[in-house]
Amino acid sequence: MSAVEAVAPVRATSRPRRVVSTRFLRSELRLVFGRLRNLAVLAVLAGVPILIAVAVRLSSPDSGEGPAFLSSITDNGLFVSLAAMTVVLPLFLPLAVAVVSGDAVAGEANLGTLRYLLTVPVRRSRLLAVKYTAVVAFCFAATLVVGLVGAAIGLALFPAGPVTLLSGTTVGSAEASWRILLCALYIGACMAALGAVGMFVSTLTEYPVAAMASTAVLAVTSQVLDALPQLSAIHPYLLSHWWLAYGDLLRDPMSSTGPLHGLGSAAAYIAVFGALAWARFAGRDVSS
Amino acid sequence: MTATARAGSVAARSTDPARTGSGDAIRTEGRTKRFRSGQVAVDRIDLVVPRGSVYGFLGPNGSGKTTTIRMLLGLITPTAGSHSMLGEPMPRAAADVLPRVGALVEGPAFHPHLSGRRNLARLDAADRTSDPRTATTRIGTALERVGLTAAAGKRYRAYSLGMRQRLGIAAALLQPRDLLVLDEPTNGLDPQGTREVRGLVESLAHGGTTVLLSSHLLSEVDQVCTHVGVMHVGRLVSQGTIEDLRTAAVPRVHVRTSRPDDAAAVLRRLGVPAPTVHSGEVVADLGPFEPEALLRELVLADVPVREFRVDTADLEDVFVALTGEGFDVSG
Repeated sequence: MSAVEAVAPVRATSRPRRVVSTRFLRSELRLVFGRLRNLAVLAVLAGVPILIAVAVRLSSPDSGEGPAFLSSITDNGLFVSLAAMTVVLPLFLPLAVAVVSGDAVAGEANLGTLRYLLTVPVRRSRLLAVKYTAVVAFCFAATLVVGLVGAAIGLALFPAGPVTLLSGTTVGSAEASWRILLCALYIGACMAALGAVGMFVSTLTEYPVAAMASTAVLAVTSQVLDALPQLSAIHPYLLSHWWLAYGDLLRDPMSSTGPLHGLGSAAAYIAVFGALAWARFAGRDVSS
Repeated sequence: MTATARAGSVAARSTDPARTGSGDAIRTEGRTKRFRSGQVAVDRIDLVVPRGSVYGFLGPNGSGKTTTIRMLLGLITPTAGSHSMLGEPMPRAAADVLPRVGALVEGPAFHPHLSGRRNLARLDAADRTSDPRTATTRIGTALERVGLTAAAGKRYRAYSLGMRQRLGIAAALLQPRDLLVLDEPTNGLDPQGTREVRGLVESLAHGGTTVLLSSHLLSEVDQVCTHVGVMHVGRLVSQGTIEDLRTAAVPRVHVRTSRPDDAAAVLRRLGVPAPTVHSGEVVADLGPFEPEALLRELVLADVPVREFRVDTADLEDVFVALTGEGFDVSG
């Protein structure tokens, strides 16, 4: 503080002008994607397709049952993507999304940085919007990491021959590639819905770990309920019910009924839990 | 800071045309916060912080200072009352007012894995009124003002308590501010750091910034403040210029003598209220009496006076009188 006298303080004079800028969003993205923990989560996800590809490469062609698409890998390496996405979908991916979305508000509250963001000031609705945008970016990044690493390792270890779709038709690699990309984007959208749930949970507590765990538990519970035939009446409304509908995108002709239901369900979850998060956070006392 | 220098700066500030007639920097009317537990943390306070003042917001720990500051800044929803900042109603005008307010609330808080500089950059990025082209310069200047330039690249995790406090102050200085709200800014600072913060507050005040300085330490406020408000158990029990508060203090007379009981009897006879005797010294509130008259009466009554002293009670006594207890005890 030796330079106190040297720097003449200047008084703000007029009402400050607000400008529309992506600076805060970029800062938030840097925070999410620059954080070692989140990078480790992405690395673990990237490890899944590598593990699958190496395991299949090293084993005999007829080593029995496995996850969907596993047997097709030896025909076309792109199927590593699909097999890996199917493997991470029930648990790994929801866990990753729970970590980032549960941390969104609760993490800042826990550190105390929330009060400083709000006094900058950042409007609470804007804070939620920016936080959620970063969560969505992470959801797609996580899914795409699995897909892209899967495609890369698959094409490195296996041939890129004609691909037989679920309905029995055979298509070329180019066609298969964009269908797989579509699958990844669909799963990303499903994860964004989970992210909205996670962010709502995150506004309820000042303990990020509690928010993360609760979100993960919700994702798993939804899948458990979805597996009980006695509860079939509520199945279509469950968060995870449409997650596997991406299989429809691999039929010929491509069926969009399931995925469209899934997108509708995801949009509804995002709207409802986004509104709940806002309702909860807008008037909340920030006393951490 | 000497008394002369302070008087000079007050005069200089009060002639600033930009400030006269533009109202108070902070004004609250009946602001109250009752928590869901039913506890009333802040009870109908009418805070008036004039523009250009350095307002010492005093009170023991737990007296409601931080809750008040949180309400002022819109972090918590008040239960009742109203308040304005920089002449605009709050929290409605928060988006226009808060960019002109720098705040340090209940200690610094930053992302531990980011450097000091990166943490400031994040806060600056969140501010829609800040100019990205000048961000690097402003961040550099703020770090320099608090003496953190050398440690700017270090992770916040590795900062000492004092460095963290400095970074918190730097965050409040990212923009030119009309009002600074500093909640316990010298917590965790060593005496040297405390002096530096005091110097910083003085230089900011000279530049025309109004400062609300909360503290439980009297010595901090005594030396830099022009105005003082005292909180006690959620109430604002006193408010005014620091001179007003000093005059409110009742001067006391001390008589040291070998016959304290006789001295006390003389004072009692004259009508001085409740003189007390301990260890050979008689102490009493002076009240409306002339010290000279008291001394003459004592001597005429053959009391051997070894020492006769009238002291203007220091602020410490005033605060103890107002808060009814030691200053560091939470109320």
